Amino acid sequence: MISIIEKEVVDKHHWIERDDFLDLLAVAQSIPGILAVNIATAIGDRLCGMRGSVVAALGTILPSFLIILAIAIFLTPDVIKENRVVSSVFMGIRPAVVALIVAPVISSAKAARLSLKTVWIPLVVALMISLDLGMVSNPVLYIFLGGLGGYLHFVYSRRRLEGRRKEGDD
Amino acid sequence: MGFYLKLIWAYVKIGIFGFGGGYAMLSLVEKSVVGPGWISEQMFTDIVAISQMTPGPIGINSATYIGYVAPGSVDPALAPPLWGLLGSVLATLAVVLPSFYLVLYASHFIRRHHESGVIKGIFSGLRPVVVGLIASAAIMLMNAPNFNPNGLDWQLAVNISICICAFCLVFFPIPWRGKRIKLHPIYVIMMAGLAGYMIYG
Repeated sequence: MISIIEKEVVDKHHWIERDDFLDLLAVAQSIPGILAVNIATAIGDRLCGMRGSVVAALGTILPSFLIILAIAIFLTPDVIKENRVVSSVFMGIRPAVVALIVAPVISSAKAARLSLKTVWIPLVVALMISLDLGMVSNPVLYIFLGGLGGYLHFVYSRRRLEGRRKEGDD
Repeated sequence: MGFYLKLIWAYVKIGIFGFGGGYAMLSLVEKSVVGPGWISEQMFTDIVAISQMTPGPIGINSATYIGYVAPGSVDPALAPPLWGLLGSVLATLAVVLPSFYLVLYASHFIRRHHESGVIKGIFSGLRPVVVGLIASAAIMLMNAPNFNPNGLDWQLAVNISICICAFCLVFFPIPWRGKRIKLHPIYVIMMAGLAGYMIYG
C-alpha cells in the first residue's frame, strides 16, 4: 500500500518530492496506528494543512470501510454458524489463518536480527500474553517496557561512549 | 450507549499502542474484544481471515467488522444493521484518531528526536517485543474453537494438516517456470476454504 501511495503522490501527481515523502514516511513509521493512514495524514497536512489531512485520512479509510461493511452485512455470525456451506468453508479457513500469522512471526524475527542476548524477549512476551493472567498478560505492558528498555539502552550506551571519549582526551 | 463508549475506548487504546503493523495489533485486538466476550474466538478468527482477503489495512478492516458485529452480540437490542453501522463507524474512527492527532501535532517533536537517535533507540527495544506480540496472536488462535470445535480426533488431525500445509504454501516459495514465487495469502485462504467445504460440507 505504501508503494502505491508513493507512486501516486510522487511520480504521478508530483505533489511532493521523493525526499519529502521519505521524510514523512520515517515520521509516520515512528507513530503508532495504521501506517497507511499515518502517511496519508502526513501528506495531506503537508499539502493543505488540517483540511488536507482530514480528507486524505478519510480517503484512505473509506474504501476498506465500505467493502468490509458490505461483507459484514451479509456474513453475520448467524450465517456463518447456521449456513452449512459457509460454516464448513470457515472450519477449513480457521486453521489456515493461524498459519498465516505464524509466517510473519518468523519473518519479523529475522528482520529484527535477534541475537542470543535479545531472543528471550519475544519468547517471554509471547508466553506471558498468551497465558492470560490478567494484568501481566496485557500487551500494552510489554509495548511500554520494550520502548522504555530501548530508551534506557540508548541513554546508557551514549553515556558510555561519552565516558570513553573523555578517557581518550586525558 | 454504555457499550459504545467501551468500544471507542478499546479502539482508542488499540490505536495508541498499535506499534509494529497489523499483525502485531492483533493480540491487542483479541484481548480487547474476545476477552470481554464481545465476539467469539471463532468469529474473531473469521474476521481476521476476511480482513486478510480484502484490500486495505488489516487494522481498519477488523475495526469496521468487529464494530459492526459486537453491539448486536453483546445486547440483542443493539442488533445490526443500524446499531452495527454506528459501531463500525465509531470503532474505525476511534482506531485512527490517536495517530491522526499524533501525526499532526507530534511530527516536529519526532523529527527533532530522530536526529539524536532517541527514536531509533526506543524502536530497537520495541522490535523484539513486536515479534513476541505477533507470536502471541498466533498462539492465542491455536485454540479448540479453531482446531477442534466438535471434540472429534479426526477433525483435529485434519485441521492441523490444513494449518501445516497453509504454512508451507505461504512460507516456502514455489518453483514456477524457472522462478520461485510466493503465494499470496488470499489463495491460501481460498484453498483452505475449499478443503473445508469438501471435508466438512
